[in-house]
Amino acid sequence: MNDIASTLRTFVRENFLFGQDTPFSDDDSFLGLGIIDSTGVLELVALLEKQFEISVADDELVPENLDSINNLVRFIQRKREKHEPAAAAAQV
Amino acid sequence: MCGMAGIVHFDGSPVDRGLVERMLGAIRHRGPDDRGLRIEGAAGLAHARLSIIDLEGGRQPMSNEDGSLWITFNGEIFNYRELREALQAKGHRFATRSDTEVILHAYEEYGEDCVRRFNGQWAFALWDVRQKTLFLSRDRLGVRPLFFATVGGKFLFGSEIKAIFAHPDVVRELDPIGLDQVFTFWCPVAPRTVFRGVCELPPAHNLVVSQTKFRLASYWRLDYREDVGRTSEVCAEQALALLSDATRLRLRSDVPVGAYLSGGLDSTITTALARRATSGTLRTFSIAFEDAEFDESDYQRVAVEALQTEHRAIRCRLDDIGRVFPDVVWHAERPLLRTAPAPMYLLAQLVRGEGFKVVLTGEGADEMFGGYDLFKEAKVRRFWAARPDSDARARLLERLYPYLPNLRASSLAYRKAFFHVRPEDVSSPWFSHLPRWELTSRLKLFFSREWQAELAGRDAYADCLAMLPEAFARWRPFCQAQWLETALLLPGYILSSQGDRMAMAHAVEGRFPFLDYRVAEFAAALPTRLKMRGLDEKHVLKRAAAGLVPPAVLARSKQPYRAPEAKCFVRPLGEPSRHEYVDELLSPRRIRDDGVFQPEAVQQLLRKAQSGVPLGIKDNMALVGILSTQLLIERFLRRFEPSASAIAPSADEADRGGFSAAEGGGLSVWSATEAAAVS
Repeated sequence: MNDIASTLRTFVRENFLFGQDTPFSDDDSFLGLGIIDSTGVLELVALLEKQFEISVADDELVPENLDSINNLVRFIQRKREKHEPAAAAAQV
Repeated sequence: MCGMAGIVHFDGSPVDRGLVERMLGAIRHRGPDDRGLRIEGAAGLAHARLSIIDLEGGRQPMSNEDGSLWITFNGEIFNYRELREALQAKGHRFATRSDTEVILHAYEEYGEDCVRRFNGQWAFALWDVRQKTLFLSRDRLGVRPLFFATVGGKFLFGSEIKAIFAHPDVVRELDPIGLDQVFTFWCPVAPRTVFRGVCELPPAHNLVVSQTKFRLASYWRLDYREDVGRTSEVCAEQALALLSDATRLRLRSDVPVGAYLSGGLDSTITTALARRATSGTLRTFSIAFEDAEFDESDYQRVAVEALQTEHRAIRCRLDDIGRVFPDVVWHAERPLLRTAPAPMYLLAQLVRGEGFKVVLTGEGADEMFGGYDLFKEAKVRRFWAARPDSDARARLLERLYPYLPNLRASSLAYRKAFFHVRPEDVSSPWFSHLPRWELTSRLKLFFSREWQAELAGRDAYADCLAMLPEAFARWRPFCQAQWLETALLLPGYILSSQGDRMAMAHAVEGRFPFLDYRVAEFAAALPTRLKMRGLDEKHVLKRAAAGLVPPAVLARSKQPYRAPEAKCFVRPLGEPSRHEYVDELLSPRRIRDDGVFQPEAVQQLLRKAQSGVPLGIKDNMALVGILSTQLLIERFLRRFEPSASAIAPSADEADRGGFSAAEGGGLSVWSATEAAAVS
């Protein structure tokens, strides 16, 4: 959980804030901070798919899933929970 | 169409002829056909000529009959023939067929108000020998440029800032407030420029300078009071009649006139009107992009076939943009957030190479007739904000920016978030421009700590508040958006960085039928509901164009002119940059030395661009903005070598034994002109 959040924080800091030490909390909305646009959303999706091996469906592209560190963490965990039982079943 | 420069010494010291020559030398590219210089008392006026009207008689600086008035003039007064007749009827006698002489006589007859009678695009300086007063004027919408500065008791002016910087007394440094404006509005707000102490005469302004006075006054303003009660059909008929006449006047020339033809509605209209008004071959020119996302070749072909023009296109590749970008910034004289001027620079080069000095363009139609996506966005946002719970209204957001692939992929929930309207925004005078300005202002994140500290607490929007006309609050929101676009971006970017400066880099004059002041006044007063009917942009203009342009061009969805950006400069990680200057100017050492940006942030941005992820609008703007600012510092502050970039003298000029370094700046042509004038 902490690993996920810290990976996400590093990504946001490097990709959207260009290393600037602008303070932001895990609950702050990226949109509210003005650091994300339509391309930024796709960058987040690319990160989730590549780094966290999660596939994101079109109807999941909503701020509730993607618009803060905590929203992302919850979304990732939810996706993994759904995914893992299926994967376990497949191994049997 | 030309370049001009000059100086007035109000401190009583004699004018140094060599210095005036040097100032003019910095803008030689604007007028390779001839040069002239006149020292008259405290004033030195110089002129580099691009001969278009009255090739023999139109040499400048020019005086009236008794030598009491001297003028140096860049531009065209298109209604000069009618003005000339009127002045002749009042007893004025003309020695030439030029429009320049018309200005002199009109000034004699009507004084400073003469400019209200001009239909044209001009910047001029007129020295009144008896009054010891310099009268400067600039056209209504800012087609032709005019910059000035005062140093000690000297007043300097020029068509470009280079001319002013060529004077050794001028200190060359950046103005943080000017840069703050660029990184908010995309352009500085005249009279401010990005260089400290250098001013730009705002469009539709006169400036009178003498030893005791410095009077800046506006002589014209657009009025958006609606002239209601007309049907769309009547408006379309009137628009077509006015545009036809505006085009007819802009074909007045003693050299052939060509046309830019982008494949969009606006330039297809101006080309079609030119086609109707001329017999014989009409030559047209366009840009084609290697990158299909930006290319409009298919529509260009449709227009060319329908209008039967003889067409040439320049094919623009990523490397071409990167290659010419340093020269583009040198000519634009301000940071650029877009690369779009670069293809315009290449296009002008093509036009000049084909032997053309004059082109018609469709610029101005989006401002005047309501075509920009920003207008549509503002309309939808305001409509939605009135009923924020309405999903039907929110879904109109899906019709915005269909050509931006990343936005197209966004969910409605995200669109709502991107275009979110805060309750307090609704009453803002720049409601329409808030999303753009806020997005652009985010680029200031890259400013160095010193610059951020210097600009802390500054409200760039307040600069705009100061320029709003008194009537602004009474106009409809759509018209307010039009006014902002016409007052800021049109002169500050479209007509300058993308217009005059790119074309004149190659001595090509643009002419703009949509910016005829009669067209502008007519379009401003159109019933607002007809400007954008529903979400149908430029509704009246489209109606006027039916039967004039091919149906496919009329029916196509609007695609704004854009060009590839960061990828013109940056290659994937591990490979060298596409162009050496990019590595050098963006290196941490240079960024630190120049002091405007933060080296670490710039490195991070570069890494992101090199990683191969497609960059969004903001990141692209950041990279182009930072690189162009660094180029500006390199070319204007660190080393300033105007002659190195000047184009070679034409063969014609060499024949006449004019200007050449070998003669040590000996100006035989000028001397002859002056000898004739004095005797």
